[in-house]
Amino acid sequence: MPFACIYVPNFPVAALLRAEPELRTQALAVLEGKPPLEKVGAVNEKAGRIGIAPGMTKAQAQLCSELALRPRSALQEASAHAALLDCAQSFSPRVEDSACDTALLDLAGLESLFGPLPTIAQRMFRRAADLGLVVNVAVAANADATLLAARGLAGVSVIPLGKEAEPLGPLPLEVMFADGLTDTQKEKSEQLLATLDRWGARNLRALAALPEVALSERLGQAGLRLQQLARGTASHTLVPLEPALVFEEAMELEHPIVLLEPLAFLLNRLLEQLCNRLAVRALAAQELRLTLELDYPAGASDESDDLIENRGIPSESDAPHHQEKSGFAQNAPHNNQHFSSTRQNHFCRTLRLPLPMLDAKLFLKLLQLDLHAHPPGAPIVKIHLAAEPSRPRSAQGGLFRPPSPEPEKLELTLARIAGIVGENKVGSLELLDTYRPEGFRMRRFVAEAEQKKSATGQKHDADQKLNSPWLTDTAETKSAITALRLFRPPLHATVTLHDRQPALVVCAKRKDVQGDVLWKAGPWHISGDWWEREAWARDEWDIALQNENGVALYRLVHDLLGGAWFVEGTYD
Amino acid sequence: MSTAVVSTSAALGRHFVFDAEAVPEPRPFSISNYELPLEAEDDLRIVCSHQSTINHQPSTISPPTFGNRKLPRGNSLHISDRFTAIDPRLAGLTPASRLSVRPAPEMISSGIAAIDELTGGLPRGCLTEICGPASSGRTALLLAALSAATQRGEFCALVDASDALDPQSAAAAGVQLERLLWIRCGESSPQKTRQKSDSKRNEGRNAENRLEQVLRVTDLLLESGGFGVVALDLADLPPQAARRIPLATWFRFRRAVEPTSTVLLTLEQQPIAGSCSSLVIKLQTDSGCYLSKSPLAFSPERIPITEISHVPSHAQLLEQIEIKAELIRSRLAGKPVGSAAVAFASRTAWAEAKAG
Repeated sequence: MPFACIYVPNFPVAALLRAEPELRTQALAVLEGKPPLEKVGAVNEKAGRIGIAPGMTKAQAQLCSELALRPRSALQEASAHAALLDCAQSFSPRVEDSACDTALLDLAGLESLFGPLPTIAQRMFRRAADLGLVVNVAVAANADATLLAARGLAGVSVIPLGKEAEPLGPLPLEVMFADGLTDTQKEKSEQLLATLDRWGARNLRALAALPEVALSERLGQAGLRLQQLARGTASHTLVPLEPALVFEEAMELEHPIVLLEPLAFLLNRLLEQLCNRLAVRALAAQELRLTLELDYPAGASDESDDLIENRGIPSESDAPHHQEKSGFAQNAPHNNQHFSSTRQNHFCRTLRLPLPMLDAKLFLKLLQLDLHAHPPGAPIVKIHLAAEPSRPRSAQGGLFRPPSPEPEKLELTLARIAGIVGENKVGSLELLDTYRPEGFRMRRFVAEAEQKKSATGQKHDADQKLNSPWLTDTAETKSAITALRLFRPPLHATVTLHDRQPALVVCAKRKDVQGDVLWKAGPWHISGDWWEREAWARDEWDIALQNENGVALYRLVHDLLGGAWFVEGTYD
Repeated sequence: MSTAVVSTSAALGRHFVFDAEAVPEPRPFSISNYELPLEAEDDLRIVCSHQSTINHQPSTISPPTFGNRKLPRGNSLHISDRFTAIDPRLAGLTPASRLSVRPAPEMISSGIAAIDELTGGLPRGCLTEICGPASSGRTALLLAALSAATQRGEFCALVDASDALDPQSAAAAGVQLERLLWIRCGESSPQKTRQKSDSKRNEGRNAENRLEQVLRVTDLLLESGGFGVVALDLADLPPQAARRIPLATWFRFRRAVEPTSTVLLTLEQQPIAGSCSSLVIKLQTDSGCYLSKSPLAFSPERIPITEISHVPSHAQLLEQIEIKAELIRSRLAGKPVGSAAVAFASRTAWAEAKAG
């Protein structure tokens, strides 16, 4: 049964380089510990060449001007680990999460799907590179031998069945001891290594050649276990990982970001990583959640918003209030973007997509437009981006189907239009089950190419016809329906009554909507919601007024509760 | 002229400029802006009687074109000379790539039989203007077209400059609301909302904001593509404000919509797109032709509204508006049509329900 192991050498550096690829050409050192006792924890090859070694203090490392110093980031390492597992799980469903830098795969039965073992190993190597990780890949018939080979042999190595000892022989004994051991385990392993070193066993071949009985007498079962590992005969049962579909990327910033442009640059990087991870799992994103950790100054008050605005990111503290004010009560704002910013340090934006999509550029543009409309309001110190995975959309086009907008393009267009006219002013209509004026709400416009009339859809139509008995099928009748053009807001009118009927209408705002009433029909009395606080009652009149282009028909409304007169619209 | 308009609008940071702001520029002579008079174009039609070995039938060859505009003869002759150099028998021929045989646009139903009879329907890939005063049936025609399109399974977009659409009327007209993208332009854009409290805007400024939003949104919609009908409702804008949209903008819209199957509709009080529109329909009503009858007596006769003042108002019901549609311009037939008009009636929703 073949196994494969994907190992990320120098994991803290690799995780950092994945987040900041431009550092690949520079000497890099990763700092560990709390200030001011920071020490170099890991270095890349270039830093090692110029004399930087783990254990040096930050002050010592800073003497080298070419060196880039970065703090070790648990978030970036978690993202890199998740990417490593994604890479492994894109090949095999049986993956063991051996360590933060190691993933072990069971390759049984995959040869018919991906080709021979060397091809699989090469593909793993390339896929990991696509995810921003430089890895070692080893394939062997033994799980433990695979693990040791991946840790010790750079690049791609395929070990034939029964010949595990040969390639493992020259490897140093340290490869048998994984990183991340506890202090006690470290001490034990160091003692073992020191003992073996005294015996002259400095590589796996020398350990494998030691007599078993003598080794057992001196080191016990642990020594025998190590020898079996060195010979490539030890094996352990693979513990498969339950695949957790969590796609998150995060980035901690050394210096707070105050402008949206550099934020977009970082978001682009995170989105690309996220989309790559989704792509290797053959998934798409249905929802994006952006969480920004803000750096409010200590004792920040509302007055500080003005200060922040001057620094580049305007405040959005008035946004919820504005949303309440704008539009009609029935017209709920777009439900695709949920605003949950508080005076806390976290600013969250959720971007719900109508269809599963996987386009980093599109996501970036949508996030940019959203952040432009809803700025964070304070400098950003941490970015966290999560995607809700979903199966990709599959659609079959047809020659004879009517044209429909491309969903990705449409989503971007709608976001741009929302930026021009406002969020709650673009979408499709949904009539509400009420006779109240403006009894509708805006909802999200989704252009699905094939909108089959489902049972629920037919029920909705039936309900709609029941509520609105005047609904007709124009395809059958081919007669035009007189439409009402509404004035929003309704025009306040001064009405002179004659025999309790409107005789003269004067609109202060519209000079063309005034004059003697030539003809009138009504009143049509309607009322509703009398059992609630928002009760309404009105008399409607259809009137004709003379204007310069002839006679125009209007709907005149008398609000019986408020007593005011309004011209609600014109028949056209 | 168009260059000047574009540069001025770019300098102002918006997509259009008003006539007063556009700086006229002298037009240098070039092929791209050279327009031949009609007679000259007719003269350029070459009848090739050359008997080629491939095709022995005499063929009529149109002069080469640049977009919709025919190129001057000199350019064609230059290419003909090159052909002659290759083979003398090719003299007088025009390369196929230069021929612009544009198929007639596909016509779709407007949703009203009388209008279809008058115009042949609404052309795809073209700009159609529906104009008329208030209460002349423009919105009824628009909703009928949207209804027909959505019932064909197409997606439609309505750019509502005045936020005047009545959802109940749209539903009554048969528009499938889930297929209609409604864009409600407001008096001020979200970016400018905060400044609203600072300075009160006058009516002209509001119309300008609405126009700016309409044009920017239309650009985005046409660029996005995929819509069966894109309608611009400018019916409530004052004609003087609507006329301030530069012709270059209409040219851009026409160009954007030309290679697509989208019907670009505009509703306005007066025609404003000039030669960019392929079809202009003018609607109007006669002040005496409203049919009003008593819901109690159900008298079927048509009564002019000026003569029914003695009837109690609660005994009257607006049932339908009789509309006269006139074809002002149609570039689809190749030449301007003569005056043609039809009459139809738009019935109110309650009258339709009562009849049905």
